[in-house]
Amino acid sequence: MNSITSFCRIRNNRFTTEQLVIEHPAASKDEFSIGLYERLQLNYPKFYKMDQQCRLGYIASELVLKGVDVSAYADSFSLVLSNADGSLDTDLRFQQSISSVASPSLFVYTLPSMVAGEICIRHKIKGENAFFVTPSFNAELLIEYVDSLLAGPGDHACLAGWVNVLDAQHDILLYLVENRRVNGSRAHNMNELNKLYGQ
Amino acid sequence: MAIHITGAGVVSSIGHNYEQCFNSLVNGSHGIKPLSRIDSRFAGSLPVGEVAVSNEMMTSQFGLQKVVTRTALLGIHAAAEAVQSAGITGTNWRKGFVSGTTVGGMDRSEFFFPSFLKDREAGDLRDVVHHGCGSVTNVIAEHIGFTDFVTTINTACSSSVNAIIYASKLIKHGIVDIALAGGTDALTRFTINGFKSLMILDEEPCRPFDARRAGLNLGEGAGYLLLVSDKVLEAEGLVSRGIITGFGNTNDAYHQTASSPDGRGSFAAMQEALQAASISPGDVNYINLHGTGTVNNDLSEGRAINRLFNDNVPAISSTKSFTGHTLGACGGIEAVFSLMALERQCVFGNLRFTEPIHETGLSPQREFSARPVNHVMSNSFGFGGNCSSIILSRNMKGQ
Amino acid sequence: MKIESLMADLKKQIVEALNLRHINPDDIGDDQALFVDGLGLDSIDALELIVLLQQKHNTKIANAQDGPKIFKSVRTMAEYIQANASR
Repeated sequence: MNSITSFCRIRNNRFTTEQLVIEHPAASKDEFSIGLYERLQLNYPKFYKMDQQCRLGYIASELVLKGVDVSAYADSFSLVLSNADGSLDTDLRFQQSISSVASPSLFVYTLPSMVAGEICIRHKIKGENAFFVTPSFNAELLIEYVDSLLAGPGDHACLAGWVNVLDAQHDILLYLVENRRVNGSRAHNMNELNKLYGQ
Repeated sequence: MAIHITGAGVVSSIGHNYEQCFNSLVNGSHGIKPLSRIDSRFAGSLPVGEVAVSNEMMTSQFGLQKVVTRTALLGIHAAAEAVQSAGITGTNWRKGFVSGTTVGGMDRSEFFFPSFLKDREAGDLRDVVHHGCGSVTNVIAEHIGFTDFVTTINTACSSSVNAIIYASKLIKHGIVDIALAGGTDALTRFTINGFKSLMILDEEPCRPFDARRAGLNLGEGAGYLLLVSDKVLEAEGLVSRGIITGFGNTNDAYHQTASSPDGRGSFAAMQEALQAASISPGDVNYINLHGTGTVNNDLSEGRAINRLFNDNVPAISSTKSFTGHTLGACGGIEAVFSLMALERQCVFGNLRFTEPIHETGLSPQREFSARPVNHVMSNSFGFGGNCSSIILSRNMKGQ
Repeated sequence: MKIESLMADLKKQIVEALNLRHINPDDIGDDQALFVDGLGLDSIDALELIVLLQQKHNTKIANAQDGPKIFKSVRTMAEYIQANASR
């Protein structure tokens, strides 16, 4: 039986995990992501270079994986992310930069899977990783795929979820699933996942 | 249970279908020429692999009433060939479509924005209605009639090989009976300018795995495989053209765009594929390299191959020396080329190679060569560290 | 322009162009290593510096492989600009 052992939800300027709820009203996207980063006392200078989608995905991953020894899973730690808008937020900024000089550091972020890349680099996640583009949050797709990755002998874990940032809207749910029964944790099923997303 | 390949479709700068592409590969005729179809500051100079068919021609050929993006048109072109070549007649099968793309509808939306940014009333909204990657997939799915399960994967350059891997899993887990999988990408100013800013484009036709390689050439196209389960193969009386026997996917976890110096991620993906296929390195007869022609990739991939294959390095070549780097479509297109190697019992050349990379000493196959081929490995490594490798094998039973 | 003044400008521009918000421009040493251990810049940052030199200092770098030499420190950047800026 697979268990959701940790999660992070970021929506409407509210940041929620099992342990805390932070409301962080902010006038701009930068103010929100940087403010949250500083408030959570994170320390990862590469954060500032990321685009908004990667920043919020990274922040969520820091909290979800706090205290988790990823290396203990070796290649059995996977990552499955999804969203609806791809990398549109940064695509627009890059497109504008083309009219003067195309910015290489913006171009790097015109791929939704870059969120996966940044999280893998930070936490040294080397297992299977996927990024799906779907019209809306799709619990069924995530559950089926993650469960298949967690099957098989040995310990497996997967960081999964939804990371969508466009303009002022941010919609993130990141959660950790492990292939063992953990007392007090949520079961990895449609009901529980949709409840988490509904927060 | 085996994942059988029963259909294949491809369109690229070296041909508009399976046979045309195969003939070009046999004859050593590449499709890399100065950019011509796009109105860009690099037109007439930058070498790219363009598909020599206009959007208007494809739109009319497919009998489409509404305007769709070039990415979707190329996708329909290849997907239709794949479906047709399989000849499936049963109507009750659950059909899935998994497509990889990085560009989506950018080829049209990038024309919308300059006018729109100057004047909010200007610009044709029809240019942006199919901008999203998922939207492109839906257009193709609806045209082909594969709509029971549809999804889009975007993991940069490994998108379409990951689509094939995911589709194989869908069949294995009984979620669909038949899956059309691969990918499509069209050339756009957006990507041309982007790659220019990364300074990894070669001003000349690329030289993958060569000591003097200077970067990649961008390309466009689409490639799809039609996959079925044992049950469908038998019920439909189909020929198994090949089997997807193994695949591996890992993250290099090193840098957003560069591969780790020792190719750790690519090594792990290839090793995982071999293990899944239950074959040893010496059993592989041909590797269709990711081989983009960049200083970084070819060194990294080469080191990983040496470490994994040791003295048993098989024939290797990068068909990107023919087609250019077709980004999200490369996994799908190169899976079709890998199938050709199996079906036609041959290996393809790696054009413009003259001297091995000093650190790896690897010499790719220079020319087309007919020879026994039982197992082919195809690699695709994407920005964001996403490394994938698949193995296609001859169906030893029936053929 | 005196090299000290150019270096001071460059430090501010580097911090802005590379989004180094956690760094105060005045804290960057004239001869401090920018890449690897120093400021920890990487290959993408090098490309942005090429853009910076082109846009703000009229100085072209045609070959990305020359980057490591030119971008070794703020001083080597300033010296390169003074030697190569187009009139």
